[in-house]
Amino acid sequence: MTLNGWLQIAVFCAVIVALTRPLGGYLLRVAEGGRTLLSPVLGPVERGLYRLAGIDPAQEQSWMTYAVAMLVFKAAGFLLLYALLRMQTDLPLNPAGQSPVAPDLAFNTAVSFLTNTNWQFYGGETTMSHLSQMLGLGVQNFVSAAAGIAVAGAVVRGFARRSAQTIGNFWADLVRMTLYVLLPFCVLGSIVLVWQGVPQTFAGSIAATTLEGAKQIISLGPVASQEAIKMFGTNGGGFFNANSAHPFENPTALTNTLQVIAIFAIGAALTNMFGRMVGDERQGWAVFAAMAVLFLAGVAALYASEARMNPAFAAFHVDPSLGNMEGKEIRFGIAQSALFATVTTDASCGAVDGMIESFLPLGGMVPLVNIMLGEIIFGGVGSGLYGFLLFAIVAVFIAGLMVGRTPEYLGKKIEAKEVKLTMLAILVLPLVMLGFTALAVVLPAGIATISAPGPHGFTEALYAYVSGAGNNGSAFAGLGPNVFWNTTMGIDMIVGRFFVMIPALALAGAMAAKKTVPASAGTFPSHGPLFVGLVVGVILIIGGLTFFPSLALGPIVEHYAMTAGTLY
Amino acid sequence: MLRQLRPAIVMLLGLSVITGLVYPLAITGIAQTAFPWQANGSIIERDGRPVGSALIGQNFTTPPYFHPRPSATTEPDPKNPGKTVSVPYAANNSGGSNLAPTAKALVDRVRADAAALQAESPGTPIPGDLVTTSGSGLDPDISPEAAAFQIPRVAKARGIDEAALRELVAAHTVPRLLGVFGEPRVNVLELNMALDAMGK
Repeated sequence: MTLNGWLQIAVFCAVIVALTRPLGGYLLRVAEGGRTLLSPVLGPVERGLYRLAGIDPAQEQSWMTYAVAMLVFKAAGFLLLYALLRMQTDLPLNPAGQSPVAPDLAFNTAVSFLTNTNWQFYGGETTMSHLSQMLGLGVQNFVSAAAGIAVAGAVVRGFARRSAQTIGNFWADLVRMTLYVLLPFCVLGSIVLVWQGVPQTFAGSIAATTLEGAKQIISLGPVASQEAIKMFGTNGGGFFNANSAHPFENPTALTNTLQVIAIFAIGAALTNMFGRMVGDERQGWAVFAAMAVLFLAGVAALYASEARMNPAFAAFHVDPSLGNMEGKEIRFGIAQSALFATVTTDASCGAVDGMIESFLPLGGMVPLVNIMLGEIIFGGVGSGLYGFLLFAIVAVFIAGLMVGRTPEYLGKKIEAKEVKLTMLAILVLPLVMLGFTALAVVLPAGIATISAPGPHGFTEALYAYVSGAGNNGSAFAGLGPNVFWNTTMGIDMIVGRFFVMIPALALAGAMAAKKTVPASAGTFPSHGPLFVGLVVGVILIIGGLTFFPSLALGPIVEHYAMTAGTLY
Repeated sequence: MLRQLRPAIVMLLGLSVITGLVYPLAITGIAQTAFPWQANGSIIERDGRPVGSALIGQNFTTPPYFHPRPSATTEPDPKNPGKTVSVPYAANNSGGSNLAPTAKALVDRVRADAAALQAESPGTPIPGDLVTTSGSGLDPDISPEAAAFQIPRVAKARGIDEAALRELVAAHTVPRLLGVFGEPRVNVLELNMALDAMGK
């Protein structure tokens, strides 16, 4: 670890803190349908979409109608994306002549992009046509992210309103978040990326003759436009197989820094939007603080792990000063790689600028734990905030039990129904994560494509299902696809997305209908350090109790094996 | 449910056109106008023919050139479809080794590479990046230490003074951005092109 490395991390933190409030105010304005700088240009487009769709944006929906609208939209999106992938050979913009995507892989990929996971069982440059990338995957990058932010806005409305029957209009939220937030951010972001060297062309590849006379085929494509939304939408699906480690996706230290900022920016700003919506910005900062504590712990642990060289290399006279560089790029080094891996797994982004599979065992455990905690450390855009609010409910519930008083959060009484919905959303994740892992490591079809022997192979399988249900999409990427993995991962991702999103909307509906109770001397304030500590504690205890045994079988045992010099 | 069908289809198609066609086409137009060199892959030409990309590493194996890091990229085996063969710096199939830190395959590979480098410069510690593969398999850079390590070999193969090579490496060492971001690095292709130009 170096002072300069910590300085890079500190600059990142300062930028995120500085962006949170102004961006939070902007998100609030968009969520409330207010005018923005872009309204003169995009207003007609927005109103045109409403007119064609035959909807009135001012007509609000109950939580159930909101959820149904979201699900119908998802189903339509799935069918369109699946069809595009299957038929890409017969459609335009396929300069590299890619064949149709196989049915099980197309199912897995369509679900993956629909659920904002972007798990990739394929290499982009060897599988996808430019049209599939842009009109298929790129579109879902936008709308799955916008749907996540929309739902977060609806859930927060539920907390903010009293005696209300509705939580917003899904169609209006979806359109506004796409047009006024994601689209302009991505236009600016992609131009900066191209300036730094990210290609944006419809050519398929270029053939070069190297200085030594060999032939090198260099894949190209409309990369920059895809790259920008991949970050702002916390999608994480790379244009190329190597994702943000590929120099064409992430050419410089500047683009790497901007990419990590883009991953966190909207998630962090949503905490501020939350505070403002419920009428007390301190509530938002308390959420921000709890997330920040968990982030800082993760980045410190990961940086400390990767700054050391693999101890097995010491015998070969290798200089240890660069740290564990297997799977990492020179232009980023250890500090930027550790920061990226932490940020991408805290937020459910899943882009990688270094191969997590080749991290040292405890270094690889940090991303895994980040996802296991529920993707609530800023989290996926939208999903991070509503996921976090579920843990806040558990925290006030436990505090209520301790003092024997009906718990309250933001002036609303938390009763049996709310706690049940919360527990459903929290418990369904470990069920699929651990259940499918158990299946995969005993069934021959599961074991067949695990690449690593020994405990690392177990971690590979565990990471896959944790990443899928967490809607993260990063991987211990040695794992290969087959029908078993494509199918079970598809189910894993669907459960992880919708069995959290729908209970969260139901919770919002229940909260919206409640009256507020005035704060009294017995009210547990949810804006101070005590609350922050309690939520962080609850998150760590739930995560620890659920996942410690599986971690002990994977990265922890591998760490001790490595220390003892055991190889597999 | 059915009442949501029309908005679902309209929104999906409408937003697809905006974010899936208009947006990437507009960005392509802007990129090709404002930054045509970058937008087309930062291609470097010599005598009018492309020799590679400034951002993509390429394989160098002969003594008169500086060598890049090892690369784990592969291509389909022409003799046995379904299998792959090692093709370092295959810029149409990026990827890392994805070997575990406790993998015997990793340690064996590093042992062999380290022994070869050790034979080249006995007694000098081997820079870590010269025995590890990058995440992309296309890393265009090596550390300044890795360039310095190779100077004796290159100097001997070309019959040039080592001091001149040290100057060349120093001139091609890119420092951290603003002194803070990233790590110091040397672009291998650019360094080797400068080397060739020097010989003329």
